[in-house]
Amino acid sequence: MQDNIILAGVGGQGILSIAAALAMGALNRGLNVKQSEVHGMSQRGGAVQSHIRISDSEIYSVLIPKGQANAIIGVEPMEALRYLPFLNDNGYLVTNIEPYKIPNYPDLDKLKEELNSFNNSILIDAGKLAKKAGNKRAANMVVLGAASPFLSLDEDIIIEGIKTIFNAKGERLVNLNLDAFNMGKDFALEFEGK
Amino acid sequence: MKNPQIKLLLGDEAVALGAIDSGISGIYGYPGTPSTEIITFVQGSKKASEKGIKSKWSVNEKTSMEEALGMSFAGKRAMVTMKHVGLNVAADAFVNSAISGVNGGLVIAVADDPSMHSSQNEQDSRFYGKFAMIPILEPSTQQEAYDMTRYAFDLSEKVKLPVMMRLTTRLAHSRSGIKTYQSREQNELNPPTESSRFILMPSNARGRYKSLINIQTELVDISTNSGNNTYFSGNDKSLGVIAFGIAFTYLMDSFKGKQNPYPTLKINQYPIPNDMVKKIFEECDKILILEEGYPIYEELLRNNIDLDDNSNILGRLSGDLPRTGELNTDHVAHSLGMEVKVEEDIPSVVENRMPAMCVGCGHRDLYDELNELSKEIGNRKVFADIGCYTLGALPPYEAIDTCIDMGASITMAKGAADAGIFPAIAVIGDSTFTHSGITGLIDAVQDNTPITVLISDNYTTAMTGGQDTAATGRIAEICRGVGVEEEHLRLIIPLKKFMKENIEVIRNEVNYKGVSVIIAQRECVKFYKKM
Repeated sequence: MQDNIILAGVGGQGILSIAAALAMGALNRGLNVKQSEVHGMSQRGGAVQSHIRISDSEIYSVLIPKGQANAIIGVEPMEALRYLPFLNDNGYLVTNIEPYKIPNYPDLDKLKEELNSFNNSILIDAGKLAKKAGNKRAANMVVLGAASPFLSLDEDIIIEGIKTIFNAKGERLVNLNLDAFNMGKDFALEFEGK
Repeated sequence: MKNPQIKLLLGDEAVALGAIDSGISGIYGYPGTPSTEIITFVQGSKKASEKGIKSKWSVNEKTSMEEALGMSFAGKRAMVTMKHVGLNVAADAFVNSAISGVNGGLVIAVADDPSMHSSQNEQDSRFYGKFAMIPILEPSTQQEAYDMTRYAFDLSEKVKLPVMMRLTTRLAHSRSGIKTYQSREQNELNPPTESSRFILMPSNARGRYKSLINIQTELVDISTNSGNNTYFSGNDKSLGVIAFGIAFTYLMDSFKGKQNPYPTLKINQYPIPNDMVKKIFEECDKILILEEGYPIYEELLRNNIDLDDNSNILGRLSGDLPRTGELNTDHVAHSLGMEVKVEEDIPSVVENRMPAMCVGCGHRDLYDELNELSKEIGNRKVFADIGCYTLGALPPYEAIDTCIDMGASITMAKGAADAGIFPAIAVIGDSTFTHSGITGLIDAVQDNTPITVLISDNYTTAMTGGQDTAATGRIAEICRGVGVEEEHLRLIIPLKKFMKENIEVIRNEVNYKGVSVIIAQRECVKFYKKM
């Protein structure tokens, strides 16, 4: 069993919570985990990414080599595309479609066109679903849910991870994030089915 | 299957927990990416607070190095942390601590930043360790970072020398599951009864320097037998690999689960184990050297200055690996002659996303005011410093002319004013001001240099994540104390609604032909918590 996942977004969008949910869940089951983070200057509104590798055998490097990621999970659409060289040929690109704008932000339709040009891409309005779940900030859990059917990691391991990281903040927040996760998952399954 | 013994920790945190479990009594340092999380972990650790471990941020790396040495003098264990360029600031104390030696275990954890993710250069701290002639540990993984921290304290107390723990960004800022061990007690207070080795007057220092030289052979023996340097045999002797620190993980990753066919020397402890190095050179036709940082050992192991005559050594200098920046599995696989996936380009629709000051940040308004004023005063030069406000270099502000090192704003403004630049304006943050701005301000005051210093005070060390600063609420007092005239010590609040009057204040002070200080006070929108 092996997952090589790249998480992409902008500082403050909750990339690290996705990483933590995956990592904690996997660690609880005795799997090996390596996960990189970005701290420092880039966090000030810059592009941030996290590599996360989960395996039942030994993992050496924390960084995923080019062309070896089986999934890119984006909380921001342009950022998801930035890491495309890392995706393998059968990999999935799952991303929130709501842009985090900058002055030179590309035309959204062009961006969508580029994203849609891959067989395995799933575009989701994560903010809208998260709002439905109770808080727009749970958009990160929506995209995680939307990516979950395409990961090797069992869904219940991820759910356990989400519970672990939000447990201290109370049951309401755990349930909100789980709802967001499930909405993302349902959307992706339906999207795939089409 | 929950395993409470395993914790998911950053490399920084693994070092921190390793230090707590090794029985430190204090940890000292100044925040700096990628080292900051070592101390923040200790500050947030219940275990550390129950043990009464000192962990308050110091004013700069030099003061922290000296504080740690003082604790070591007293017989207790101490850790110092800093980023690579911080070691330049601490260098005086650092190098001399190798001459005096230590009493309680003293470990200096330095985090280098190859690729300059958040730094001004990518200097390699192993140079400093070698220069000071002390042992260095360079873990390959988070688990090794934890384990080697304990080892580093033991080694420090055994050889009575400070020991460096060298980390790099990728190790410092990635997580992995860590197995931890029983925590041990702190040392008892035990200052030396005879302390001449800590009095570095020439007559003592000469003897101490000789002892430092004499112990080098023992240090090589120790690193050969410590288990931290490992020789892996291999059948394909056309190539041997010497992999230092984290580079070993990239090497192993490049075989994609298959066996590494090449004899490989994994080095995690310095001085390097001479016999093992000799063996791999004897055994193999060519040697590939993988170093995360400068090609220090690649250069040393070439036995003359003509690079062409050493075509059996491959590395950053030979062009088989990039000369600068971090290594990764793709680079290493390429240097091994493997076919690396041809770089698929990032789609052209993707634009660069530069970091920027936060919406609602006071630095923004201060730069707006400065830029507005610049329209009338014309050819001003702004000497800035290290912090979030360095981002004022980027559009739409483009408000600064220099940013070199911590504290250089005030001192460069002074030098430029001495040369005849007018107006010369310095921009510095509150934490950087206490780090090394105050001394420069004294220089300017005693020479009555015509400069204007804007201290953009957001009550925190924001760039590294909001650490406490030493002078919150006391900056004006400090400026008065070093001799800034009361009528040229001004306070403004950088908010849009005060723009007009703030510009007026800056205009007046810029035109004053002496030292003026304007403190622009507004809490950090991201990190400041109401006290």
